[in-house]
Amino acid sequence: MAKIIVVTSGKGGVGKTTSAAAIATGLALRGNKTVVIDFDVGLRNLDLIMGCERRVVYDLVNVIQGEAGLNQALIRDKRVDNLHILPASQTRDKDALTSEGVEKVLESLSEDFDYILCDSPAGIERGAQLAMYFADEAVVVTNPEVSSVRDSDRILGLLASKTRRAERNQDPIKEHLLITRYNPARVDHGDMLNLEDIREILAIDLIGLIPESEAVLRASNQGIPVTHDANSDAGQAYTDTVSRLLGEDVPLRFHEYQKKSLLSRVFGGGRR
Amino acid sequence: MKLLDFLRGERKKSASVAKERLQIIVAHQRGQRDQPDYMPMLERELLEVIRRYVKVEQDAISISLDRDDDCSVLELNVTLPRS
Repeated sequence: MAKIIVVTSGKGGVGKTTSAAAIATGLALRGNKTVVIDFDVGLRNLDLIMGCERRVVYDLVNVIQGEAGLNQALIRDKRVDNLHILPASQTRDKDALTSEGVEKVLESLSEDFDYILCDSPAGIERGAQLAMYFADEAVVVTNPEVSSVRDSDRILGLLASKTRRAERNQDPIKEHLLITRYNPARVDHGDMLNLEDIREILAIDLIGLIPESEAVLRASNQGIPVTHDANSDAGQAYTDTVSRLLGEDVPLRFHEYQKKSLLSRVFGGGRR
Repeated sequence: MKLLDFLRGERKKSASVAKERLQIIVAHQRGQRDQPDYMPMLERELLEVIRRYVKVEQDAISISLDRDDDCSVLELNVTLPRS
């Protein structure tokens, strides 16, 4: 039985797809058979972030509507052995996803994989609700910014009521907070919500903290999940996040502001 | 800048403003979350009834349900216009 993890946020542009790609890559690098599914029907982007956009032939909707087999639609990642991608459809209408269809796909993926990551679309509409409906765990991606935190709280409400676990009165979905685009310097200045505040407001456990980093754009430019950039702060932060998802106790990094010394100010801080 | 801020008297940091605003709005959202599904409908219909007799604005009415162990209190607040 695979563990189903939804990566969700409510608000768009906070780093759901980046995080889904990075976490899936990290889980696979640790030897877990992992598949990451793009639920953003009509606006697929996971394929771009994973660097497999030119190898998409069939998609999730094709599989659900019986036009292709699951194995025809699954794309094997070229960098990591245990990693597969199931892209979203680009053209069809949003109603193409059915609850029964999604359930069937997840059930058959469950037989072959250890982890199924569902990359949710933004919003709280059907696509987002279907992405979370069958989940065992949820990674709620939040930026240190008021609208993102508020939307994350709305998503927590949906996770607690509009999911299979909630409807069947099973153990609730395990909710994890992933803070992205964190800028310790601005937090130090008092111009950005700090991680304790966000954790206190949302009242869920922190699974990871990703600093605002040039490495993220560099990674998406190249279609290589940032986890592969092992020298970068963001890459390391995602690797830590994956370790915590696997139950390890890893201390938090990149949350403290290091004031630059005069020397490094003069000569530049080096690659981030 | 630090010195200037100090001389001007410490201005409130924007992050703490953000935190206060979020605490209020999230508490409000959570209050609504636990409400039964019929509450928005009940609110609308009550407003309609009241409006039949008094002219009040849409936001002049607030309704909340507080639950204790053995009883629930339905609180209805209507701000009537000065006549």
